[in-house]
Amino acid sequence: MASIAVARRESTFWDTVWGWVTTVDHKRIGALYGITAFIFFMIGGVEATLMRMQLARPEQTLVSPDVFNQLFSMHGTTMIFLAIMPLGAAFFNIIIPLQVGARDVAFPRLNAFSYWTFLAGGLLLNSSWFLGGGLNAGWFAYSPLTGLTYNPGHGVDFWAVSLLVLGTASMAAAFNFIVTIVNMRAPGMSLTRMPVFTWMTLIVSILIVTAFPVITVALIELVFDRAFGFNFFNVFAGGDPLLWQHLFWVFGHPEVYILILPAMGIVSEVLPVFSRKPLFGYPFIIFSGIAIGVMGWMVWAHHMFTVGMGPVANTVFTLTTITIAVPTGVKIFNWVATVWGGQLTLKTPMLFSLGFIAMFIIGGLSGLMHAVSPSDAQQSDTYFIVAHIHYVLFGGAIFAIFSGIYYWFPKATGRLMNETSGKIHFWLTMIGFNLTFFPMHFVGLNGMPRRIATYSAGMGWDFWNMVETVGAFVIIAGILLFLHNFFRSLRKGEVAGNDPWDGRTLEWAIPSPPPEYNFERIPVVHSRDPFWEQKHPHPLGVPAGASQQRPGNRAQQPAVAHAAETHEVIHIPSPSYWPLITALGNAIAGYSLVYRFIPGLFIGGALTMFGLYSWYMEPTVKHENKKH
Amino acid sequence: MAHGNSPAAAHHSGERQHPTPATYAKIATTLVLITMLEVGIFYVQALHSVVIPIFFILSVIKFALVVMFYMHLRFDARLLAWVFVGGLVLALAVVTALIGLFHKGLLLRP
Amino acid sequence: MSQVAHAPEHPTVTGIDNRKLLMWVFLASDCLFFGSLIATYLIYFGRSVVGPYPHDILDIPVTSVSTFVLLLSSFMFVLSLAAHTRGDYKAFRVWVFCTAVLGSTFLGFQVFEFQHFVHEGLTPRTNLFGTTFFTLTGFHGAHVTIGVVWLLTLFFLSLRGKLGADKNLAVDLAGLYWHFVDIVWIVIFTVIYLTGVALGPGVGK
Ligand SMILES: [Cu+2]
Repeated sequence: MASIAVARRESTFWDTVWGWVTTVDHKRIGALYGITAFIFFMIGGVEATLMRMQLARPEQTLVSPDVFNQLFSMHGTTMIFLAIMPLGAAFFNIIIPLQVGARDVAFPRLNAFSYWTFLAGGLLLNSSWFLGGGLNAGWFAYSPLTGLTYNPGHGVDFWAVSLLVLGTASMAAAFNFIVTIVNMRAPGMSLTRMPVFTWMTLIVSILIVTAFPVITVALIELVFDRAFGFNFFNVFAGGDPLLWQHLFWVFGHPEVYILILPAMGIVSEVLPVFSRKPLFGYPFIIFSGIAIGVMGWMVWAHHMFTVGMGPVANTVFTLTTITIAVPTGVKIFNWVATVWGGQLTLKTPMLFSLGFIAMFIIGGLSGLMHAVSPSDAQQSDTYFIVAHIHYVLFGGAIFAIFSGIYYWFPKATGRLMNETSGKIHFWLTMIGFNLTFFPMHFVGLNGMPRRIATYSAGMGWDFWNMVETVGAFVIIAGILLFLHNFFRSLRKGEVAGNDPWDGRTLEWAIPSPPPEYNFERIPVVHSRDPFWEQKHPHPLGVPAGASQQRPGNRAQQPAVAHAAETHEVIHIPSPSYWPLITALGNAIAGYSLVYRFIPGLFIGGALTMFGLYSWYMEPTVKHENKKH
Repeated sequence: MAHGNSPAAAHHSGERQHPTPATYAKIATTLVLITMLEVGIFYVQALHSVVIPIFFILSVIKFALVVMFYMHLRFDARLLAWVFVGGLVLALAVVTALIGLFHKGLLLRP
Repeated sequence: MSQVAHAPEHPTVTGIDNRKLLMWVFLASDCLFFGSLIATYLIYFGRSVVGPYPHDILDIPVTSVSTFVLLLSSFMFVLSLAAHTRGDYKAFRVWVFCTAVLGSTFLGFQVFEFQHFVHEGLTPRTNLFGTTFFTLTGFHGAHVTIGVVWLLTLFFLSLRGKLGADKNLAVDLAGLYWHFVDIVWIVIFTVIYLTGVALGPGVGK
């Protein structure tokens, strides 16, 4: 049995901090991503709560209309770019190398760079609250509202530059995960044996590296207009505000799938484990994921049905949008068939996954309603749309993220979260969520516009708005209970062992928490559910409908064999602070761009170059001989 | 993306038989000749109604020669070709769709 | 059993080095970046409300020369890679230095062109053509600049003897980037210069 014996002196507080600052270990980076993103999630939640309090009754003056504009703009941006995306990245980091049987990601230092750049972008965006106010033009920041004429402050600059920084972080992470998944799978893990979460991560990463360049160009155009007087969106010079809308949504719709596909991946992992059945229709789920990724590029103008693109464009985008519901529906049927007839264990992760299916169906159906352009003309810019997006991104993505947290918490920390608290958290979230967002369908169809700071009494919206605000506080109660459970379980939770859920994939075969090198020996994979097949090798142990490629060899061949080497050199990447320095350069350049301070741009650029150079020259691994 | 992890995948990239400098020189000559041809066509007023397809075809040839030989994509693992062509085709599709949406006349009129 | 000595990286599933796969995915991604910039240029083509317009100011003979320079630099680079691969590091340094010099020459042409345009009254603030032209060619120029720095880095590393046979991939990767910058220019030269000027004032009015 191996353990790396390193003589360690007593480590001080600062050693610990330095260890985290210079870490390149994917599990630690994942934890940093998760904690940071959850803090931003709560900031976004506070913004939402303030809006709900303002709207609880008609004609309230809790916040001014100007602050209200900033609240909804920053809430949307924060939840999408600083909460849901990085929470997904936290799962990619912690889980993907474990699921594919690798010792780390392909580029550990690039991974650290992604995190620090994400942190820099998040702080840059939120610092605008203290430096004259945040974005006030909605999270999609339509031109000409974002022009200097209508928006002389720095809120738009903070927003645009921080999204450029965050885009760099997301793309760096996505490059890393594409290479990791394509190149670093354990021997035997062909594409058709890859876990669904890994598959969805691959598709999401491809979407990120293709969609983010488009928003990058749009943001550069916006920043150049504002900072240097370019004419991209200057109507007097012939510029066209519709160009912004098109570029934004060419990115924006793939972005929707960037947010939801990881959630679909998590749910596809959780449902089979707690139904004790293999995933139903694995190939259909994978191909639907790919189809969604491809078709996600053909539907963007459904966000623009009311801008006057003409009947041809509206019809084309209506048709493509209706078509994209097909692969999504295929996935839902496969999940339902997975649960159908299984031996269900209704633990918290399973509850959240089942909740995901139900809520996501509602969000999908309301989405289909405004996929049809005449129908959308009635719903556009009303609370009906707000209801839809929250059923997809909260009822969908956030439910799945909670499912994933409860599911993988024992793997990451070695301890289980408390079940009773977890179940109460689920029901509070479920009830609070529906109280908050279901009535928005009613007031929306009744004509209540979104993005208004208040409304008159007697419009018929008073009652449901109060219900929505009450619902928001029920959600908050659930979140507080979750936080309590999380921190308590970190210290006092029941010890989990390697495999508390009777899991199916490789991450459950190793200790919890995993050692720094993950796998003592790189496993060899012979089936789609390698760890399950190893635990239940007898054909009778495989329930009906299990994936049965090559049934002949099953008995002789353990599903997880180990590579034959007895002595092996484990390469553990060395810690490095150059990723942090490089990210710091980006942050300095970012602030300078916001304030149009040209020397600062050069200083930030030079620091970035210096960081990259030192990074390039630095040796990548320390060698430790491991004896068996 | 179709490689999976079969050992067969290894032979694609194991030995990269790069083209010889003589081939490189031939390609360079071709590139220069095509560019001269393009500039020549540019100065023929009579051809100005058909320059778009002519220039399109000629630059596609130049583009492909550099990618296949100088970037030796022809001799590398096929996965890399899929990756690059995928990005390229997607970019072309987005550019075409956007231009179609803004210059409706280009698509609807002959 | 021990691992094969000198293997710089773990063997990968596809047999492709991680860094090489990364570079190609990056280039695929960069296609979308330049695609969006070119789309913006073409959407705004013929929509400027005041001059100078493309056919007034773009200089085909001069830009043809700078295009030849960039094409030639790509040829120089494949010679340097071939030299490095066969272990002739002196020839490698000669060719890679030539590549960097040609790249710098191209940049010199661009600086000259930009200055000339500003002198003629075309800046990014003048009209939509100025805005889109300077942004597109400027970002291409930034790519070339990074490429020149990269090539010179390889040159100096080789001078200090730090670019041996085990670093062949480092040369290869720089080349992929350099040729990509070249093919982007092939597109820009054809679309913006040749086609744009040939279509002349008759289009988009
Ligand atoms: Cu959409």
